[in-house]
This record gives sequence, C-alpha cells and structure tokens, in this order.
Amino acid sequence: MIAWLLVGVIMASTITGDLLQTAEMKRHGEVRFTNGRLRRSLGIFTRPLLLLTILCMAVSFFAFLKLLTVADLSFAVPATAGTFVLETILAKIFLKEQINTLRWAGACLVACGVALLAL
Amino acid sequence: MSSEHKRLSSKTRTLTLVVVFSQALGNFALAWGMKHLPAQFSFTPLSVLKVLFEPWVAAGILLLMLWMLSRMALLSWADLSYVLPVTAGGYILSTLMGKWFLAEQISGTRWAGTLLIVAGIVLVGLTQHNTTKPDEVPQRIEEPVEVLT
Repeated sequence: MIAWLLVGVIMASTITGDLLQTAEMKRHGEVRFTNGRLRRSLGIFTRPLLLLTILCMAVSFFAFLKLLTVADLSFAVPATAGTFVLETILAKIFLKEQINTLRWAGACLVACGVALLAL
Repeated sequence: MSSEHKRLSSKTRTLTLVVVFSQALGNFALAWGMKHLPAQFSFTPLSVLKVLFEPWVAAGILLLMLWMLSRMALLSWADLSYVLPVTAGGYILSTLMGKWFLAEQISGTRWAGTLLIVAGIVLVGLTQHNTTKPDEVPQRIEEPVEVLT
C-alpha cells in the first residue's frame, strides 16, 4: 500500500515537472555544447518555471528514495513509468505536440508493459 | 535530408544514449547504496543528510544530475512525447542490473512487460523528434548586446 502511495506522489510530481521543464527549454531554444553558448545556457536555472521543475524533481526523488527502501528496484523503476501515456496526452494538449499513430501506439505499448510489470 | 536535420538527428541519438545510461547507472547506484546502509533509514533531516554522503548514494546522485542536465538539453529541441519513450531504455537496463547485481527475482510477467516497453521505444523511435511548429512555442527574445568601446 505504502509503495503504491509513493508511486502516486512520484507520478504527479514527475508529470508536473516534465511539462514545466519542456515548456521552458523549448522557449530557451536548442542547447549547444560550445563553450560560450553552454555558459550562457546555464543562466536558465534562474527562471521560475525551471526552479519549480527542480522542486518537483526533488519531491519525486525523495519519494523514489523512500520507495527503494520498501520495494525492489525492478518494481520501483518500471512502476513509475505509468507517466508515459498521461504525459503524452498532456504534451498534445499543453505543448501542442503532434502525436501520430506510431507515437500513440508506442506510448500505449509502454503503458501495457507497465501494467504487466505491476501484476 | 538536410545537413541541419542530420546534425540534429545525430545529436539526438548521442544525447539519448547519455540519458539512458546515466539514469540506469544512477538508479542502480542509489538502490545499491540504500540497500547497504549501515543503519536503518528514517526521514529525519540528519538521517537524510548522512545518507546523501554515502559513497554509492552520492555516486547515484551525481549520475542522476548528469541525467537531468542531458535530458534538459534534449528537451530543448525534441518533443516530450518523443523523449519519454525513447529514453525508456533506462528501465530495461535497470531491470537487468537489478537481476544481475542485486539478485532480484524477475518474473515472466515482468519480462513480458519489459519487452512491450522495448517495442514501444522502437515505434516511437521511428517518429520525428520534433513536431512543434516554431510559432507554437514562444521563443526567447535575445537581448541586444551592448558593445563597449
């Protein structure tokens, strides 16, 4: 029971964090790994949406750390993958991503995989 | 295929590998560290602080920081609905490492689930990494650079 509660906390914070992070990174534009540009990219960490993302990731991380103490790694990691389908739907709604049939099928296969892992 | 598209595709593949391996190795190091703690773990600030300095836990945190940064970079040009499934290879690596190094029991059902996840990754991997039109995501306005003379 406690394991599934922790999985719920991890999923909610992960989804929120991922959506905020993607929105902010898209606004920033492609990160390039040349010296000057990379240094300039580091300035992005002062943006409010990314700070919120980091908060969400911290919640997710500590819940995950606790989950590892009550469940196997081979349960803990795949069980939290239930975010795939939800995030795909939310990415279409909020981030205006074009999800074609292949991508839907892929996300659904991953979701089915997760359901099997949880049995 | 334009050279710009090739450059971005190659960059996407490389960074995807970094994301997958840093996540799997980071999770493994964390799990190993948490399972081999000298004392029972509790959620008091002192206990959490102590745990963060355990070598395996610290290594796991560093690897997960690399995972976070590389994933952020990937998300700066690729779709979230693309990045999520293609980086799910980390889950399979984690399952394998759980079996090999932590002696965890993986049932047939879990293996079947893992295979479905692989199939999902392959399908999503066949799609374009970016489908958003430039005008749909507000772009950052470059600040004018002042030239000092």
